[in-house]
Amino acid sequence: MQGLAGAAACSTVLAALPARSSPPASYAPRFFTPAEWAFLVAACDRLIPADENGPGALALDVPRFIDMQMDTPYAHGAQWYMQAPFVPGPDNLGYQLPHAPRDLYRRGIAGMDAHAATRHGRPFAGLAPALQDDLLRGAENGGMTFGDLPSTAFFDQLLANVMEGAFSDPVHGGNTGLGGWIMLGFPGARADFMDWVDRYGAHYPLGSVSISGETA
Amino acid sequence: MSDDARRLRAVDVVIVGGGWAGSIMAKEMTEAGRSVVMLERGPDRSTAADGAYPASIDELEANFRYKLFQDLSKNTVTIRNNSRQTALPYRRMAAFLPGEGVGGAGLHWSGVHFRIPPDDLRLRTRVIEKYGAKFIPEGMNLQDYGVSYEELEPFFDKAEKVFGTSGEAYMVKGQVVGKGNVFSPSRSDHFPLPALKDVYTAHLFRKAAAEVGFHPYSLPAANASRQYINPYGVQMGPCNFCGYCSGYACYMYSKASPNVNILPVLRRHPLFELRAGCHVMKVELDAEGRRATGVTYTDPDGAVVTQPAEMVILTAFQFHNVRLMLLSGIGRPYDPARNEGVVGRNFVYQNVTTSNVWLDRGIDTNQYIGAGGGGVAFDDFNSENFDHGPLGFVGGSPVWVNQAGVKAIAAAHSGGPPGTPRWGSAWKAGVIDTYRHSLRIDAHGANMAYRDVYLDLDPTWKDAYGQPLLRMTFDWKDNDIRMNRYVVDRIGDVAKAMGARRVNLTKREFGRPFDTRQYQTTHLGGGAVMGTDPGTSALNRYLQSWDVHNVFVIGANAFPQGTGYNPTGMVAALAYWAAHHIRTTYLAHPGPLAG
Ligand SMILES: Cc1cc2nc3c(=O)[nH]c(=O)nc-3n(C[C@H](O)[C@H](O)[C@H](O)COP(=O)(O)OP(=O)(O)OC[C@H]3O[C@@H](n4cnc5c(N)ncnc54)[C@H](O)[C@@H]3O)c2cc1C
Ligand code: SF4
Repeated sequence: MQGLAGAAACSTVLAALPARSSPPASYAPRFFTPAEWAFLVAACDRLIPADENGPGALALDVPRFIDMQMDTPYAHGAQWYMQAPFVPGPDNLGYQLPHAPRDLYRRGIAGMDAHAATRHGRPFAGLAPALQDDLLRGAENGGMTFGDLPSTAFFDQLLANVMEGAFSDPVHGGNTGLGGWIMLGFPGARADFMDWVDRYGAHYPLGSVSISGETA
Repeated sequence: MSDDARRLRAVDVVIVGGGWAGSIMAKEMTEAGRSVVMLERGPDRSTAADGAYPASIDELEANFRYKLFQDLSKNTVTIRNNSRQTALPYRRMAAFLPGEGVGGAGLHWSGVHFRIPPDDLRLRTRVIEKYGAKFIPEGMNLQDYGVSYEELEPFFDKAEKVFGTSGEAYMVKGQVVGKGNVFSPSRSDHFPLPALKDVYTAHLFRKAAAEVGFHPYSLPAANASRQYINPYGVQMGPCNFCGYCSGYACYMYSKASPNVNILPVLRRHPLFELRAGCHVMKVELDAEGRRATGVTYTDPDGAVVTQPAEMVILTAFQFHNVRLMLLSGIGRPYDPARNEGVVGRNFVYQNVTTSNVWLDRGIDTNQYIGAGGGGVAFDDFNSENFDHGPLGFVGGSPVWVNQAGVKAIAAAHSGGPPGTPRWGSAWKAGVIDTYRHSLRIDAHGANMAYRDVYLDLDPTWKDAYGQPLLRMTFDWKDNDIRMNRYVVDRIGDVAKAMGARRVNLTKREFGRPFDTRQYQTTHLGGGAVMGTDPGTSALNRYLQSWDVHNVFVIGANAFPQGTGYNPTGMVAALAYWAAHHIRTTYLAHPGPLAG
């Protein structure tokens, strides 16, 4: 029995998406300032670069996804316990900062650009990819602090949202053309494997499908 | 606070929490002719609304925005590894994911549905019989449940029939009847439904485990392998292995949930009233503190309300039950310095680690196909099924492939083999290979109880209602780490027999503390345990408070120590067991059921 998304699923085309270096010009970010947006676009392009294995974060509209997320209760910290006091502790006891995702982006991007400017005389977006990678690795490994914000807290937030943007349902603004799912081999909202569960070793023939019924 | 509260008309029974335990108790109490009010602090939920396909199968909303889970912004816990540390708030969901809303975590659980190994019920006695009292490590509070498998068997059977559980029996009424788990005890009846089909990875694991000499069996799953009508008359559809169990309401009506299997009947019962959005703050006691008079809660409009009742049944989930007891003054709080007192004592978790096996690139493992409770396990190193003597640890661990459906965001987060970067082209190559061609094997071990691992109230942080948060003091101990390391090595043997291209055995490391940032399970246990000695248990063997006889506390809080199995089958059986004794004895003669 096929669910409703299954009905339109026959025309599976595994065509590679065109490589794109920037998100569609038509999208105007609502949360990020132009300078922040330039950072976000550049960082996404490094975190998931377009390569022979499939599309990168920009073709998947990950920056758009992140900007749209900034409008949700989650980004305002509404799902986190945000009662004071905020006391630092060992990493294994988890996140203990007073910053919601929106603040993490504001402070983190400013901090990354400030580091880029100090070291290389230019904001992050203007640097060569190898230098951008160095800065991202530095942030990932906790090599910097942005005021009271350890760079890892910002980096982890960014990386988590990048992955969400590339691989969540397109209804949230990313994973354009289901490119993330096709690359991974995830059939999306297919959600009915009654006939496939014991076809051992056979290659699953149907392509990905989204909640809205979009197929690729 | 209770003095200004609006007082409502008294009812027979008030039930705090609308999950599995609460729904079972409400059903039983209405069957016994008692009026029941069930108070659930989260929203009302139904499969029709919360499981509507396709909108509900949105991984971002379900598994990363925790749509159906506890609202941590209002209420959480604090956690530390030992009592010298300052416990800090669990501010973001990670290690465990408590439920909230009608159905509780039972709406969005996975469905692995076990009975408990008989030896686990009398683990202290068994270990002493087999290895001597000196075998128990210093600081381990090893205890018996005070109830036997034979006593619980009818209630395991009843729960399986209500849940519509799929599985293959080994022994029924003393006769070997099938290829089920050879270590499992005799049953009074078969599973109501045949076992689910094996997904490909489980099929490969079954073959390899048998080749190595272990005894694989189908995981008992509360995911219906066929259309089914349960004893309450509600209907389940056949599971289609959609892969969206954990974190979701099953759109196929195949996964057992209170919302599908019990509440449709309960909601129509004239003696039953469900009040959602009602957060219980306290059980009210009489002047002597020996009898509960009702509960006080905050209603959806923020008004403080007292609901008087003849009986209070706490079914708010393991640690919420413990916290409500502490906030209400029911039972003596545990004092770790003296190892005295009982509320908060013997707090335990699930000692699980997940290893990865990569197969040839020509083999698609189709990790997106799966049912939450489906898979293949072996129990050769669980419970007392093996000789611990030469190994020198207490406890064990089933091993299984429980491919419940790995989805894209989760796959991206897990990344590639160890050593692969978390981003960039190398990550991409690693994650694609891993998602397409690997599988996961869990060692789902028991966690023993220790004197310095416990629950109490936090001195600093409060919930949205101004009450102290619960504080968890928890860490992994060497005994449990040794057990995990031993069993995970056996996974290595099976992986080899599967023809693994690459294996990553994940083991606990000595000295590495419990990490609240990594999802493990929501199988928290203990803290208000059952037993036969009021000095070491908060509840008697009928899950009745030793101190306040008209309070029953149902949940995994009753486990004196952890077990290798998932908890819910045992929680449901304990609920039916307690309900049976309430119905047959307590209602006619209210008072302590054990003395
Ligand atoms: C993702 C996930 C997967 C799981 N998979 C499995 C599995 O495969 N097998 C298995 O055995 N177990 C599994 N579990 C565990 C299982 O869900 C629990 O054991 C089970 O739901 C416990 O039932 P309960 O009734 O004790 O508590 P819950 O289901 O948690 O219900 C308690 C209810 O009480 C409410 N409540 C709490 N405090 C208050 C208050 N103060 N006032 C009013 N209401 C309150 C809560 O909101 C909640 O709805 C899983 C859990 C999760 C989260
Ligand atoms: S895997 Fe089966 S039981 Fe789980 S949600 Fe899908 S259909 Fe329901």
